[in-house]
Amino acid sequence: MIKLNINQKVHQIDADPEMPLLWAIRDLVGLTGTKFGCGVAQCGACVVHLNGEAVRSCVTKLKRAQGQQITTIEGLSENNDHPLQIAWNEVSVPQCGYCHSGQIMSAAVLLIEKPNPTDEDIDNAMAGNICRCGTYPRIRKAIHMAAEMQKKGGV
Amino acid sequence: MSSNEVSRRNFLRVAGLAGTALCLGFYFPSSAEEATIINTNGAADADIEMNPWIYIHTNGKVTLFNHRAEMGQGSYQSVPQIIAEELEVDLKDIIVASAQGNKKYGNQVTGGSSTIRSGYKNLLKLSATARVMLITVAATKWGVPAGDCYAESGHVIHKITNKKFHYGELVEEAAKLPAPKDVVLKKTSEYKLIRKPLKRLDTPMKTNGTAIFGLDKKLPGMLYAAVERNPRLRGTVKSFDDSAALKVPGVKRVFKVKMLVFKTYREGVAVVATSTWAALQGKKALKVEWDDTGFEHISTPVIYQRQQELLKSSEGLFLSKQGNPNETLGKSKDTLDVVYQTPYQSHSPMEPVNCVAHYQDDKLEIWGPIQAPDWVQDYISTEMKLPREKVIVNMTFLGGGFGRKAFMDYPHEASVISKEMGTPIQVIWTREDDATQGPYRPGISYRCQGAVTNGEITALKFRMCGQNNDHWRNGAKSNQANRSTSEGFLKPYYESIKDVSFAEVQFETPIPTMWWRSVYASTNGFAYESFLDELAVQAGKDPLDLRRQHLKDERSQKLIDKMEEVSGWKNRKKNEGYGVAITECFASTVGQIVKVSKDQNGKLKIDQVWAVMDCGWYVNPDIIKAQVEGSIVMALGAATIHEITFKDGLVEQRNFYDYKMPRITDIPPIEVHIMENTADAGGVGEPGLPAFTPALTNAIFDLTGTRIRKLPFDLKNI
Repeated sequence: MIKLNINQKVHQIDADPEMPLLWAIRDLVGLTGTKFGCGVAQCGACVVHLNGEAVRSCVTKLKRAQGQQITTIEGLSENNDHPLQIAWNEVSVPQCGYCHSGQIMSAAVLLIEKPNPTDEDIDNAMAGNICRCGTYPRIRKAIHMAAEMQKKGGV
Repeated sequence: MSSNEVSRRNFLRVAGLAGTALCLGFYFPSSAEEATIINTNGAADADIEMNPWIYIHTNGKVTLFNHRAEMGQGSYQSVPQIIAEELEVDLKDIIVASAQGNKKYGNQVTGGSSTIRSGYKNLLKLSATARVMLITVAATKWGVPAGDCYAESGHVIHKITNKKFHYGELVEEAAKLPAPKDVVLKKTSEYKLIRKPLKRLDTPMKTNGTAIFGLDKKLPGMLYAAVERNPRLRGTVKSFDDSAALKVPGVKRVFKVKMLVFKTYREGVAVVATSTWAALQGKKALKVEWDDTGFEHISTPVIYQRQQELLKSSEGLFLSKQGNPNETLGKSKDTLDVVYQTPYQSHSPMEPVNCVAHYQDDKLEIWGPIQAPDWVQDYISTEMKLPREKVIVNMTFLGGGFGRKAFMDYPHEASVISKEMGTPIQVIWTREDDATQGPYRPGISYRCQGAVTNGEITALKFRMCGQNNDHWRNGAKSNQANRSTSEGFLKPYYESIKDVSFAEVQFETPIPTMWWRSVYASTNGFAYESFLDELAVQAGKDPLDLRRQHLKDERSQKLIDKMEEVSGWKNRKKNEGYGVAITECFASTVGQIVKVSKDQNGKLKIDQVWAVMDCGWYVNPDIIKAQVEGSIVMALGAATIHEITFKDGLVEQRNFYDYKMPRITDIPPIEVHIMENTADAGGVGEPGLPAFTPALTNAIFDLTGTRIRKLPFDLKNI
């Protein structure tokens, strides 16, 4: 059995330690907000936080994730009110929406490391996340907006 | 009890609706284009195959059945926005449900940018009808003239006394009334919601992981399936060795499956397991020998070589011809004769195709990211030999579609595997499956000829040689030109240029092809609008002036005025390259201007894109802007970053490392403007795409003198 601590909740999983965290989260734990896009760490749709770091769960094996603090999009905030979630809604960022769990999880780590990100910081942090609908201009705008909100301490 | 009664009760049950509600729907008389609006409470008596579209409940909430898919284009917002306007309810009181695939909804194919343009008049009328019925009941209850009452925010109000009824209090009586005919619709100037940039209703569920896409659908007892398919796109399984696959923990069974791809069956080997991971591991462990006898092992250079040889020798089949371009070209001194080339492309939606099917007791239910649920119902019922009513097709949210998810192979696979297993099955395609199996946007060569006399374009002759997407369907005939040969080309050009012809030189390969966002306009636009730029240069004309001169209709003139105004075209500096293109796609016209320059290191960069959309009557300007932004990003990828190539019948790209995507670092500033008019609504989801590439390559020519006629090209190496 493998012990996974996801969003402050412990799950005991019967699975191959080589299984990527993505499939355990989706198929075995049943949290489907984390998405499969490429399976080879190219697109970022599967980004979750592992001890506060953004990792691609499609290539993170269970043996590495066990016992660690894992946060998925479902655990980012209680009420969909993380500054990024609010900003994403204000700017109407998503189109199909499939990649945005990963986009938001990548951006959330950026905002912790760089509370006032420049365009270049955003480029560096977000270049690993593909959006086929092409919402990039709005992603940039929403990250700046979330940073402002965070600065004002309103959220 | 009639069958309609049964289906309505079933519908209410499925929708979780109970009690009395005012249910209005359309019915499409077989002889009429326009829908008739009916009170579906009485539909069973009328023996009509009715189609409940909106339910107004006794608590005042409205359930709307969205007949089209939500794949990013915003139907989940724009359809309720239309309903709320004429029904006079708050958007927050509308619950959006996805309709199942059923002919009674009319055409449900989410394609051709048609959700709004094909449906808005009916939706406006339907909602206004409900409002009038509710007002009628309130006026009767008060004993006052209906003309003294109005509706607002889910209430009917008596103007004189300010007495109010909540809609919920009126629905029971309203449900007994026949639907009135010829209700009066609001004028555009009276709109409170339509034409406003309201926030999308589906955003909150797309920021916290609660939106359910196809891949997120789970059923009790569901197993997961991955399929190894013939890497040469067609053909059969000669033999397979599943000994290693069956040793993977979680793998339950391995067996051969086949599904129809166009007119041939594609065989594969399915691995069914208790998790996606186990199924994928099992698939990797398979050893399969394939038989693709009869299918040519084609390579990309051969495709274009053949196309271009055909274009040299064949006139092709004319789609349209006015005047005599051959004669004019023959006697003109100043002519151009060039070839443009565009690549095969993958749709690559972020959500790879997948589908859940549950076959039991000769009944089949399907859930998936599906663009065409009515087609899937038809197709699966034929292929699985089940009556239509035994095939239920449910649409989830689509993680992108772009045409790929209007294809039937993956629901078919899921159905076949579920029938074999006797359990619910989710079939998942990997990114590699998606990249290597198609269907693809067809690669095309264009031969463009033109004549210039005394500084004026006097003849245009266009020939297109590439696969016809329609050949797998019923529409196309071998003696008829591809109906999309002139897609993208603006009709007013026919008025101002005497000799014009479009022809298709037919060309086939075993490669499966399918509509790709904006379909043939996505490639035609590049060839035709680039070629016009070449002729403008030849004629010594400013490229924007050339368009102004030729596109004489009022809408085009206003569009060009707007393009000139927002881009500063006339005031451009010497070290800046400006390019223009205007294309038509699905009843909308979009003009784009791209500005490029070179940085200190001599590298080309796109400084700005201006897009002006004329889609006539519209719903939500912010969604339109988002769709145009996204279309431009998609076009940028197809023009400068990725292509699908074939070698010996195998696709050479596998995943995002070799079929690369535009990323946040690649995106130029994009400014979108919308023309204000109330002409019939045009499409929005696709028309923003075709003009970008020619505007970009025309800008590159303007700056550098390099004419790009072959896509994709390397922006960093100009």
